[in-house]
Amino acid sequence: MRILLVEDDRETAAYLVKALKEAGHVPDHAADGEEGAFLAEANRYDVMVVDRMLPKKDGLTLVSEARAKGNDTPVLILSALGQVDDRVTGLRAGGDDYLAKPYAFSELLARVEVLARRRKPGEAETLLRVGDLELDRLSHTVRRAQTSIPLQPREFRLLEYLMKHAGQVVTRTMLLENVWDYHFDPQTNVIDVHISRLRSKVDKGFSETLVHTVRGAGYMIRDSHR
Amino acid sequence: MTAIAKVVRTTAFKLAATYFVVFTVFAVVFVGWISRETDRILTQQVQDSIEAEIGVLADEGLSKGLTGIVAAIEQRSRVPGASLYVIADASGNVVAGNVTEVPPALLQRSGIDPVTIPYKRLEGDSTRHLAMVRVLPLPNGLRMLVGRDVSDIERIRVVVAKAMMIGVGLLIALALLSWFFVSRRVLKRIDQVSATSRRIMDGDLSGRLEVTGTGDEFDRLAASLNAMLDRIEALLSGLKDVSDNIAHDLKTPLTRLRTRVEAALAGPERTDEYRAALEATIEDSDQLIRTFNALLMIARIEAGSPDGAMAPLDLAPIVADVAEFYEPVAEEAEVYLALSLEEPLPMLGSRELISQALGNLVDNAIKYVKSGDAKPSPARVQVTARREGSDIVVHVADNGPGIPASERERVLERFVRLEKSRSQPGSGLGLSLVDAVAKLHHGSLSLGDAGPGLVVTLRFPAAS
Repeated sequence: MRILLVEDDRETAAYLVKALKEAGHVPDHAADGEEGAFLAEANRYDVMVVDRMLPKKDGLTLVSEARAKGNDTPVLILSALGQVDDRVTGLRAGGDDYLAKPYAFSELLARVEVLARRRKPGEAETLLRVGDLELDRLSHTVRRAQTSIPLQPREFRLLEYLMKHAGQVVTRTMLLENVWDYHFDPQTNVIDVHISRLRSKVDKGFSETLVHTVRGAGYMIRDSHR
Repeated sequence: MTAIAKVVRTTAFKLAATYFVVFTVFAVVFVGWISRETDRILTQQVQDSIEAEIGVLADEGLSKGLTGIVAAIEQRSRVPGASLYVIADASGNVVAGNVTEVPPALLQRSGIDPVTIPYKRLEGDSTRHLAMVRVLPLPNGLRMLVGRDVSDIERIRVVVAKAMMIGVGLLIALALLSWFFVSRRVLKRIDQVSATSRRIMDGDLSGRLEVTGTGDEFDRLAASLNAMLDRIEALLSGLKDVSDNIAHDLKTPLTRLRTRVEAALAGPERTDEYRAALEATIEDSDQLIRTFNALLMIARIEAGSPDGAMAPLDLAPIVADVAEFYEPVAEEAEVYLALSLEEPLPMLGSRELISQALGNLVDNAIKYVKSGDAKPSPARVQVTARREGSDIVVHVADNGPGIPASERERVLERFVRLEKSRSQPGSGLGLSLVDAVAKLHHGSLSLGDAGPGLVVTLRFPAAS
């Protein structure tokens, strides 16, 4: 997909462009806010990745101006400011997601891909299906191979988030933010423990594993037959 | 030029100059007024006595005629300190009297206003004197002059003028003296204060201002400045401890990271070795970032900056969520995590920060409950949240080894991890973060004995 990267640090930008290309995307790079605004208006992108502090025009202004012109491309804001109130400011300016520096590229990539997918229709599906696993968002029930799997409310939300982004990598931080609404670092590998508990309910006793660990990035729920 | 300007700028000079001007003006006005009044009174006296003499002589003249007046003058002239008497004809020749020479024009005056003239006495000294005289016409074209010597008044004037000069001179001397005194004795102490401050600014934090024990303003000023310096020194040494700890806790992993990369480069050129080294490097840098974030966060919370983060909330579900979040971790560590909640627990706060603080406490409890030599069985962490009067109290208690009472205060400091727990992962910032969050919410954090084990208590003011 086409990605606009607005980042003033040359080295970071070069690395991100290369890595995004390797991940199969088509990135355009702008080195300052004005160039970024120009490119955002001239082209249609699937996702914009905007650094918050930019020369000539700061990232938040760029985003809010683009929004005012009716540009609804999903935006991921990058910032060295990582506190909750900074995040709130960023999202209020029209950002869809917020990533504090320094970040792992896998984290950025996972978020960009999830953002791009968010635009596609059919988000309001009530029945999520991965392989023989089914999750009914209305009745709050989960079945696998016609067997009902009882889940705690939080486990249900965890599985729901994974299935909503089936086939995509979701990072631990994304799970922490979206399932628990926590924006701090719990120090311990709490998420891993939750996932392994979910796995024991969803995958245990089945020949095929659906919940996969993506090394160095996070987790993914995927039907390997498709 | 600059030296003079420098002197002029000093407070001592300004004070001395002000005193000098004020007192000089005062002295001149005062002495001037006194001399004028004295002059006026003395002149009046002279005039009065002249009028009296004229009155007496007129009486003589009325009863005995001109000869009577002459006889009276002759008689009066012989008395010591006598007045001046002259009777002269129209051309100015003295007929009778005790004065040898009078300006002739004067005798032509018919005015009754006394005037001051120089004259020569008939007997005794030949110096010219000043006198106040009055001229009167007598029959036969004769004129009579009656006057009194006013040299005394002149002398008094001279004395007053001298007094004024001496006074002003004395004032100048006093001003100089006060300048000297003020600058030497008083302003010297101010100079000492600035000298000491300069020394302290140059880095000698142990420097203190001299307190002389007189209890004057300077002593009080010095005492409060010293108290301020004590506080600053304490803060700075605290800061130094923190930076030493930062240096330790950040430099240690940085060194480890560097060493590992170096070792990997020096080692065999094998992809798997490189990969392992790089992965460990990322892990280390993540830990560094975590420590760094925690530090920044504490600094920001302590500065009280998360504006608008405070909202009315119910603490009960927040505690429940945190307990639920850590429950699988406890289970994996074979720790029994129990929750006891009172509902609702309304308060004003930040869900995010409180969750993080509670998470830290629960995480710590799960980590440390089994860190002692005697393993509790079952290991247990009890989270309790309830209302106590106007407070909301959250206890996180474990039945682990606890923390000795003597070390409880210390663990709240940044980066402090008791030696025993050095082997456990973590930045050592957890409790100071919790402490900062408690303070931001106008609450408190305290550590106690759970007998056995540690109980950490968070106390927040409840919303009414």
